[in-house]
Amino acid sequence: MRLSLVAPVARDWTMEVLFYIAAAVTFLATLRVITHLHPVHALLYLVVALIALALIFYLLGAQFAAALEIIIYGGAIMVLFIFVVMLLGPLAVEREKAWLTPTAWVGPSILALVLLGEVGYLIATGDHTSMAVAEPRQKGISIALYGPYIIGVELASMLLLPGLIGAYHLGRRLSREGR
Amino acid sequence: MLSTPALVLAIMLFGLGLIGLLSRRNILYMLLSLEIMLNAAALAFIAGGARWGQVDGEIMFLFILTLAAAEVSVALGIVLQLSHRFRTLDADAFCELKG
Repeated sequence: MRLSLVAPVARDWTMEVLFYIAAAVTFLATLRVITHLHPVHALLYLVVALIALALIFYLLGAQFAAALEIIIYGGAIMVLFIFVVMLLGPLAVEREKAWLTPTAWVGPSILALVLLGEVGYLIATGDHTSMAVAEPRQKGISIALYGPYIIGVELASMLLLPGLIGAYHLGRRLSREGR
Repeated sequence: MLSTPALVLAIMLFGLGLIGLLSRRNILYMLLSLEIMLNAAALAFIAGGARWGQVDGEIMFLFILTLAAAEVSVALGIVLQLSHRFRTLDADAFCELKG
């Protein structure tokens, strides 16, 4: 049932160099997240850390996990955080101006440029991970997800429904009291 | 193999998240630190899956992703409630139970 595929990691040293650069970017960005005082700046750094982590997942041979990390973590969950940060204070223009100074973009931009260079290198040097290897691996994930892990999928759905109801309940009471 | 350095990175990220959770008192940063720790756990699972060439690591990553999405939506609702009632995000201010 379980597909035993060798993870498509290249054996040459370039993969290790790329991994260590991405790991350094992740570590630095995470360090800046927990030491920053402005929430918006910390969130910028966290997005960079998540994208670097997605690159690490890709280098480890988990392309599907890398795509999900960017789409759901870097996209959906970070948008939720930014939305709440913007909702928290009074939406004064001056406050946003103080948050989003041009210098705030320098650090995350440099780290993101490093990642962009790595991805450009991966694309330029061709097929380290050929689709011929990646495709049966995704198939194996799907088969295992709806085979031996079906109880986990059911439990996840049972977790998501109370999460939805709880979030709705908390938000609804807030809007009623605000009136 | 990249699995061992990936596990070391997971330990370092988990440590950073734990330090952030214990040292910051802003409840928003505590949530961010929780996210970092969940990501470190996911990285450990992915590294294990890559080491053994199995898909189980990525499946556990999917479950961690689901857990994080549910946790963040509820926790951010609680953060909005707390900031609405107490007018602050300081975790030490929410001590009405005198615990």
